[in-house]
Amino acid sequence: MRAVITVIGKDQVGILAGTSAEVSKARGNIVEVTQSVLQDFFAMIMLIDITEMNISIDQLRENLKKNVKGMDIHVMHEDIFNTMHKI
Amino acid sequence: MINMTDILETIKMIQEDNLDIRTITMGISLLDCADSSIDASCQKIYDKIYRLAKDLVKVGESIEKKYSVPIVNKRISVTPISMLVASSGGDPVKYAKTLDKVARDIGVNFIGGYSALVQKGFSAGDLELIKSIPRALSETDFVCSSVNIGSTKAGINMDAVKIMGDIVYDTAEITKSKQCIGSAKLVVFCNAPEDNPFMAGAFHGPGEPDCIINIGVSGPGVVRSALSKLDNTDDLQKVSDTIKKTAFKITRVGQLVGEEASKALGVPFGIIDLSLAPTPAIGDSVAHILEEIGLEQVGACGTTAALAMLNDAVKKGGVMASSNVGGLSGAFIPVSEDAGMIAGARSGSLSIEKLEAMTAVCSVGLDMIIIPGDTPREVISAMIADEAAIGMINSKTTAVRVIPAIGLKEGDELNFGGLLGYGPVMKVNTMSPLKMISRGGRIPAPIQSLKN
Repeated sequence: MRAVITVIGKDQVGILAGTSAEVSKARGNIVEVTQSVLQDFFAMIMLIDITEMNISIDQLRENLKKNVKGMDIHVMHEDIFNTMHKI
Repeated sequence: MINMTDILETIKMIQEDNLDIRTITMGISLLDCADSSIDASCQKIYDKIYRLAKDLVKVGESIEKKYSVPIVNKRISVTPISMLVASSGGDPVKYAKTLDKVARDIGVNFIGGYSALVQKGFSAGDLELIKSIPRALSETDFVCSSVNIGSTKAGINMDAVKIMGDIVYDTAEITKSKQCIGSAKLVVFCNAPEDNPFMAGAFHGPGEPDCIINIGVSGPGVVRSALSKLDNTDDLQKVSDTIKKTAFKITRVGQLVGEEASKALGVPFGIIDLSLAPTPAIGDSVAHILEEIGLEQVGACGTTAALAMLNDAVKKGGVMASSNVGGLSGAFIPVSEDAGMIAGARSGSLSIEKLEAMTAVCSVGLDMIIIPGDTPREVISAMIADEAAIGMINSKTTAVRVIPAIGLKEGDELNFGGLLGYGPVMKVNTMSPLKMISRGGRIPAPIQSLKN
């Protein structure tokens, strides 16, 4: 089981570090990271394995929002993207 | 890995374009709750619904969190209550109160099925239930009611049509202190589907299994947003293709949610209803899709053609995305629930006559239309008859949900709040149909060949 974390917003120090710290605290395993900075705009998509995770997706979202401030963060189960965009 | 553009597209659909699952509706058969004592029957109903649906809201909310997609309503539909009244007798309002109580205790948004199917005639329990509708809707908060008065196979029961004109009016009158909201929870159908998850017309047909999960998707905002990216010179084939692709994506989310809910609740997954259901929120309007296709305002000449194309493309896209499609499936055009329709009605561009034409090419019918409080009862009956005739002849579902605004005139407004919306009182042609409606009887079932 995997989930997708997206973090979008103004670039600042420690976004990736903050996000991965929360993920590892929750025992999520980072599978893949794509990130880009366009001018001041930061966009990151992180695919994590949640099989061993000790909290819910919802809880992880709350933790990320609390600890990575000022960014637009989403955590969603990967199935929604797979069903929507793949036949 | 999943493509970055796809991920961002999904998030934009949910965040900006109001993509949501409109409803998870659990259909529950109450046939095994029938008892010769009405009190025993009510108790069995309460127990059965509570047992099967107690986790419905919790499961809905957990799916919402898992996928970050809003599930706006959780609802229950039950066997038409007239069938239980048939064996128990007694005051049908007792059933309405039982349904209301269980809905409140479980925490669902609506419970539908205070219904009777009388397309060919009245059997035991039907008339008693129909006559009790105004009281039932005024004394409950969550109960929705529907009556099927016609079908392509049976014709139109004009005796029922006559009565329903009175019932719609009486329901508005008895709830006039609450914006006449009773009538907003009462639908008169022709060719009612047995598995519809949308209110107010949902009921659990006698041909359905004991318990089932049906899903209603939404997403007019997503379709409009996809169309807004097209070039003004793109032809209608391109427009139709874009609608199809978008409908596919919306429906896939519905399929995912349905499968999850069915697994979590241990109840079989029934159908997805492919309807594009608007809300009064800005950016969630079917009328705005029609305007995006290229009309100055909804109601203009060309509206029926644009809607026909939209309705067909939504079905074509949705059918492939889901294992089972059913319910009403098409575009809804409820006036008070759609910001674009409200604007059209206010400016005078959209008339009831145009809406009637539109109902011939999309799902449902004259829906959430506010009419003057002094509209004669027989005129309401005649509106029902007209709409039923369109459904009967074209082998499709049509319905009437009009709200007589007691004490108000054309141009005044009613506000129901929430998903039911608000809107202006629309002009009705009051030339008298009294003689025809008073005749009663039945309009015979139509011939199915020699189609012209």
